[in-house]
Amino acid sequence: MVPLSYYLVLSGILFACGVTGFLIKRNIITIFMSIELMLNGVNLSFVAFAAQWHALSGQVFVFFVMVVAAAESAVGLAIIIAVYRTRGTLNVDHVDLLKL
Amino acid sequence: MTPNLHLWLIPVLPLIGAAINGLFGKRFSRQTVSAIALGFCGAAFVMALWIATQFSSLSLPHVEWLASWIRAGDFQVDFAFYLDQLSLVMLLMVTGVGFLIHIYSVGYMWEEGGFYRFFSYLNLFMFFMLTLVLASNYLLMFIGWEGVGLASYLLIGFWFTKDSAASAGKKAFIVNRIGDFGFLIALFLMIKHFGSLNFVQVFRIVSGMPSEIAGAGLLTSIGLLLMVGAAGKSAQLPLYVWLPDAMEGPTPVSALIHAATMVTAGVYMVARSHAIFDRAPQALMVVAIVGTLTALFAATIGVCQTDIKKVLAYSTISQLGYMFMACGVAAYSAGIFHLMTHAFFKGLLFLAAGSVIHAVGGEQDMRRMGGLRQHIPWTFWTMTAATFAIAGFPPFAGFFSKDAILWKAFSSPYGSWVYWLIGVFTAFLTSFYMFRLWFLTFFGEYRGEAAAGHGDEHVHLANSSRAGAPAPHGHGGIHESPKIMLIPLVILAVLSICGGWVGSERFDKFLSPALHTGATAYSAEEAAAPTPAPEPKEQSASEMLLTGISVLAAVLGLFLAWLLYYRRPQLPQEIAQALGGFYEAVVHKYYVDELYAAVFVKPLIDGSTRILWHGIDRDVIDATLDNSAEGAREVSDAVRHMQSGNLRSYAGWIAAGAAAVIAYMIWMGMR
Repeated sequence: MVPLSYYLVLSGILFACGVTGFLIKRNIITIFMSIELMLNGVNLSFVAFAAQWHALSGQVFVFFVMVVAAAESAVGLAIIIAVYRTRGTLNVDHVDLLKL
Repeated sequence: MTPNLHLWLIPVLPLIGAAINGLFGKRFSRQTVSAIALGFCGAAFVMALWIATQFSSLSLPHVEWLASWIRAGDFQVDFAFYLDQLSLVMLLMVTGVGFLIHIYSVGYMWEEGGFYRFFSYLNLFMFFMLTLVLASNYLLMFIGWEGVGLASYLLIGFWFTKDSAASAGKKAFIVNRIGDFGFLIALFLMIKHFGSLNFVQVFRIVSGMPSEIAGAGLLTSIGLLLMVGAAGKSAQLPLYVWLPDAMEGPTPVSALIHAATMVTAGVYMVARSHAIFDRAPQALMVVAIVGTLTALFAATIGVCQTDIKKVLAYSTISQLGYMFMACGVAAYSAGIFHLMTHAFFKGLLFLAAGSVIHAVGGEQDMRRMGGLRQHIPWTFWTMTAATFAIAGFPPFAGFFSKDAILWKAFSSPYGSWVYWLIGVFTAFLTSFYMFRLWFLTFFGEYRGEAAAGHGDEHVHLANSSRAGAPAPHGHGGIHESPKIMLIPLVILAVLSICGGWVGSERFDKFLSPALHTGATAYSAEEAAAPTPAPEPKEQSASEMLLTGISVLAAVLGLFLAWLLYYRRPQLPQEIAQALGGFYEAVVHKYYVDELYAAVFVKPLIDGSTRILWHGIDRDVIDATLDNSAEGAREVSDAVRHMQSGNLRSYAGWIAAGAAAVIAYMIWMGMR
């Protein structure tokens, strides 16, 4: 059986990839995908722990996260389309209307 | 079981009038406003008359309890009203003269802006004055006391757009506060030592005090502090300075508040507190001295004034001095008698002066009047009655009361011939300056601008334009006042002539239950001293002699005024030049205002400006606020650059924060 630490390290690597992508990429679509990557990194640690301790709640959480992620991507993609239509770009550095 | 007279209604009636006129009067016509004001004031007068008819069937003093006000342990103050002979006299005088002056005001103020405001204030004044007179304890009296001060302030500053009127109002209020301060401390002393402010209880305790305690300074200090209060309200030395300035108010106000009623509150209060003063001979002596000096001092200033109202103002101060002189020699009833007759003739003098001012189009300087006798005969004859009354000519009211005071000042166990001598000299001065006014105003040639009419120098009209009504005052020339102003003049003239016929003896007897309860209990030394009790026959002989002398003084005053201002009008100039510096000092009112300004007002203003305003307010309080606001802005300026609007920098901050939290947790877990 694969030890728990392997899963956790993989989960950490996935999450770090997501964060890095989120921080350095300028395209909203890419940033969006980085968010999914972070969520899935977390999901992996959830199921790993659930399998380790034979507890169902971890698995249930993963389902919740997936559902929320699906809803979020639906809303998020809609926003992205709206942004693209109004501003004609997907570069986040140009979407800075909130600044002081 | 004494009948319930509903005494509370008397003060409350004018209050209702004041409230109606004050709240809604702006929308009423002048007729409605005056009907409301006169109606409620007249109702109070009718009620006072009704009480007077019930008076003989009452057991006095008649106290009516209305409601409990303050209750703290054993100490208790109630809304309760106190009726005895003294309050009845004051009640009739205040409501009667007040009602007449209300009637007069309708005519006098008709052209003015703020008509409803004026009557609302006037009714408010009546409310407070009646509260003062009817109160059954010192605290309720103090409410009335402060309230009449407020009404006086409002009415002096009635033409508040005129700077001098506004500052005269402030001056009156502030000077009165100094006196009120003394009154208030006297109340605190009473609470501390007697545990009550109720007249009945306080007087019982005071009368029952063993004389060694009574003489130990407590009663003297209470008496002196009460006198400070009375000096403020009744314009005695050294707090008289506000009254001459108070003449900035409309003339009916001067008549009602600054001659007939409010300024006599101090005399009433001293007479009311006679139980305290009777047992504090030192305080009584101070009252007499202050009164005598004020009478003389103000009379000398009055001689040189040229403004008709200012002469009357100084005359009022002087006459109030007489009343205090009477109280100071424990002849309270003589003081109250003079208070009553003075209310008649001085109220009349002011109203007649108002009628004169009205006739000559707002001119107040007597040097620009003259020869008005034919033009305004009614005013002339009523004013003549008042002038003879105040000068103390025999059948007129003032003679009886002034004579009573002078006789008491001479013969009372507290009296002295010095008081009498100064009193007679003051009577001479009074007669002189009053006839000076009389001759200057009514005799000789008219010295004003011919047929000036109601030009722009009509002070009142000029000011009323503020209210948006540049009153078209069509009739020019010197003209008699309307009937509504003359009727009160005539009634008051009748009272000025007949008011004294009661005689001071009968008046004294009537008031004696209210004023002599503790009078027999003179302090130990007084009782021990052989009181000069001359034989009745000798007494009446010397009384006749003294009366003769005071009448002679009045005639002399008349003669001198006739000589100087009618026969030889150029003579006063020469005399003034001969007197030189002294004349200058008198014309400038002995520089008292200047002295006060230099000694009290200027240091106060300087101290307030430099220390309180610049030092504390600006450099500490304002600076604290300003600097903390400035600091907040600087910090915000530094921090706001974090909010760049750049999405990835926000994400970076979040990541950095999360990393910091995780690092902290790891570090905590490692320990």
